Amino acid sequence: MGKIRTPYLLLLPGFLFLFTFFILPIVNLAQTSTQTPIAGGDTGQYEQTLRFQNYIDAFIENREQFSRSFVYALIATVLALMISYPLAYAIAFKAGKYKNFLLVLVVAPFFTSFLLRTVAWKQILGEEGFVVPTLRTLGIISPSTTLTSTAFAVVMGMTYNFLPFMTLPLYASIDRIDPRTLEASGDLYANAFTTFRKVTLPLSMPGVVAGTLLTFIPAAGDYVNAAILGSPNTKMIGNVIESRYFKIVDYPTAAALSFTLMAAILILVTIYIRKAGTEELV
Amino acid sequence: MSKKVVDATIPTIPMMARFQRWFGRNLIRVYMVLAFTYLFIPVAYTFAFSFNDSGKSNLIWKGFTLDNWKNPCGAPEVCTALANSIKIGLLATIFSTILGTMIAFAIGRHKFKGRSTSNLLIFLPMATPEIVLGASLLSLFLVFKINPGFWPTVVAHVMFCISFVVVTVKARIASLDPRLEQAAMDLYANEFQTFRRVTLPLVAPGIAGAALLAFSLSFDDFIITNFNSGTVSTFPKFVYTAAARGIPAQANVIGSGMFFLALAIVIAGQFVNRRKAR
Amino acid sequence: MSFDASSARGDLILTRITKEYGDFKAVDDLTLTIPKGSFFALLGPSGCGKTTTLRMIAGLEEPTVGSIHLGETDITTTKPYQRPINTVFQNYALFPHLTIFENIAFGLRRRGIKDVDAAVNKVLNLVELPHLAGRKPTQLSGGQQQRIALARAIVNRPALLLLDEPLGALDLKLRRQMQIELKWIQKEVGLTFVHVTHDQEEAMTMADTIAVMNEGQIEQMGSPAELYDNPETAFVANFLGQSNLIKGTISGNDGDSIIADLYGQKISLPKKRSHAVDNSIYAGIRPEKFRISLLNTPVSGNVLSGGHIEDVSYIGVSTQYQVAMPWGQELIVFEQNDDGVAPFNKGDAVNISWEPIFTFALRGDEDVTAGSEVNPEVLDEE
Repeated sequence: MGKIRTPYLLLLPGFLFLFTFFILPIVNLAQTSTQTPIAGGDTGQYEQTLRFQNYIDAFIENREQFSRSFVYALIATVLALMISYPLAYAIAFKAGKYKNFLLVLVVAPFFTSFLLRTVAWKQILGEEGFVVPTLRTLGIISPSTTLTSTAFAVVMGMTYNFLPFMTLPLYASIDRIDPRTLEASGDLYANAFTTFRKVTLPLSMPGVVAGTLLTFIPAAGDYVNAAILGSPNTKMIGNVIESRYFKIVDYPTAAALSFTLMAAILILVTIYIRKAGTEELV
Repeated sequence: MSKKVVDATIPTIPMMARFQRWFGRNLIRVYMVLAFTYLFIPVAYTFAFSFNDSGKSNLIWKGFTLDNWKNPCGAPEVCTALANSIKIGLLATIFSTILGTMIAFAIGRHKFKGRSTSNLLIFLPMATPEIVLGASLLSLFLVFKINPGFWPTVVAHVMFCISFVVVTVKARIASLDPRLEQAAMDLYANEFQTFRRVTLPLVAPGIAGAALLAFSLSFDDFIITNFNSGTVSTFPKFVYTAAARGIPAQANVIGSGMFFLALAIVIAGQFVNRRKAR
Repeated sequence: MSFDASSARGDLILTRITKEYGDFKAVDDLTLTIPKGSFFALLGPSGCGKTTTLRMIAGLEEPTVGSIHLGETDITTTKPYQRPINTVFQNYALFPHLTIFENIAFGLRRRGIKDVDAAVNKVLNLVELPHLAGRKPTQLSGGQQQRIALARAIVNRPALLLLDEPLGALDLKLRRQMQIELKWIQKEVGLTFVHVTHDQEEAMTMADTIAVMNEGQIEQMGSPAELYDNPETAFVANFLGQSNLIKGTISGNDGDSIIADLYGQKISLPKKRSHAVDNSIYAGIRPEKFRISLLNTPVSGNVLSGGHIEDVSYIGVSTQYQVAMPWGQELIVFEQNDDGVAPFNKGDAVNISWEPIFTFALRGDEDVTAGSEVNPEVLDEE
């Protein structure tokens, strides 16, 4: 009997915790999302009226921020993939005895606070930084163009901040490839490009899927990069949810937006995993 | 002894082919240098500006000084925020590591009904955007009339750290050779002794790694903290609020200090691992 | 069924190849011709440069200096995919994400060959695994994977097929079976096979010509019988089978024979089997060429007397003796168990004899332990 009970006893405290502070809040959030203000009540007082129209209102009102969130997150994910893949490949196959050292180097920048680095980017790309004057002198950007408070800065910040989430799973996956299969491909008349397309990429697919998910999900819900590096014109859905909570105290709309975001991500992720043809997560 | 052919002249490789190989080998090196430069620019910037004789706003370089490093609490709010972050981080690490390790052992070492559901429950918090986690937890606290603050933040951090602990420890358990435990039992160790003397020491590096990960996740978290901490300041929160009007150089000192501390821990960890492997 | 070998373009010629990794010379000034249509083995211990040589032929490494020609064509710096050469990799390197069919079709598709199906099915029949076409490599046993790796290479009808320790991962019984099959397939398809191995038995079973490699150089090249009967160096004598090497000096000539003095006892050996450069030699005799006799039995040929049986091990087909000689060396003797004579006992005083033609002579300044894993003290009592 004891043997059968052991796993459940081990699970109990942790799952009780997760149930109380993860499942219950989500259920409560769902419940909040259909509430309406109490007639004649104070700000922040709501009652349950099962008003599903909240979702439609919230979506229509913020569709611009929604699409911006997904477009920015998508661009940042693709950029991170393009930067990380050669890096992960080089560490896995070309680094030799420096492999571990280079992996530490990939993670090391993330030991300084995420916010400090984002603020650093703001200052580097800002008017007082060295990048903008240099680019202006070289005539690459016009004297009136700025880099901060732009979509470019937001996407760049997101790409930067989520880079290790992309690099590490990619590395893990590429490192598992037997280098002899790549040699075999060359031996069987495939040139470097074909070898990549037919052997390396398919074999590293689990890493690509894990990395893109680990980058895309937090990027889509992020609002810190947009808040620090962007302008009112680059607001993402995260910024809207935050301000609904703290500035407007409109809990139902914030809840409905959170749920829409979650559902949208879940649907996109499911389609993506189906397309990528792997059920192997994380 | 082999007979060398001495009469034939030694054929050499054409220059063009040599250059192509050289280029192929070094292109990837150039790329790595560029990629790492990109990764380290903000770190270097933060570090450099920790020496800025800046006064209030640390935006423009005004001269070199060691004052900020000598007196990191010169901007008092910075140190209060840092102390809170460390307290929250330690508490979150302890609880999430204990709870997460137990779950990891249950899932990694036992077959039971509901195992795949358990895996899903572990995966879900990681797949949920932080803003949804933070917002939903705040809503719950509000329903129960609990004011956001120190302990709600600890609870929130434990919640999102558990999954990462489970995944890390589970990976370590999965890489263990089950024959080691069988060998221990064969050598007269009962279940508890086997766990104590064989399993736990072998999984320990995984647990240590998970604890470090939990601490760094907690320490660096902003979004969930922002929702649940109320008036309690943490280091990321301080930076976020200060970003608009300029961050004191002391924050750069703390950020750089954390960087070198974490780097030292990781390098020491690798060193210990290598020593043990010998 | 037969394969068209017309794509073969003549002999493979390596000219003064050196491959350096930093200060280390993996291959040192190697010159070698591998004739078209032969089954050629590169044999040597790990680290001798045989795999590096193979990889340079395949195009996976480039020589530091030297050239590689296939017939008239210089292929020294061409890419692997530009060479009509295919490899059966160590541990096979099958593509784990592709089916067996697609693994075999890989090379054909890259070259834009039209009738992929027919070619793949033909080669699957040749290796007798047509029913596995739809499986993935991980679902196959080691022996099956080995055959698929072979099929994937030969379906391209390369001018040259390279085999890198192809049987290393198989168990002994399967290895024996595959040795015979490989030899058969080589005859069937008529391709040049270059086989790299550290297993002397495998090389001797399959190859027409063996090149024994040591420290980046070729020690000796020849047919299996030549190498075994007439090794030129202590390394070859010890690496291919076992040898008893006894220190001695040349004391005279007798027609086609040399008379040598081994610790005061005279023996003779054929001149053409002497590789000595001066009077100092090591006389070499294979253990199975020795005969043991009790002191009062008459014997012919070369005789070394004064031995004592030190140890007896019965191994079924033969009995292995260690005989202690007066000068302190222990000689190894294999006696066939085919004459119904009771084996000798430990402590028996015996003479050792053999036919003079079975003797070879090595230079006297050789390291007699080269190429052997035997404890140096046993042989080297100098």
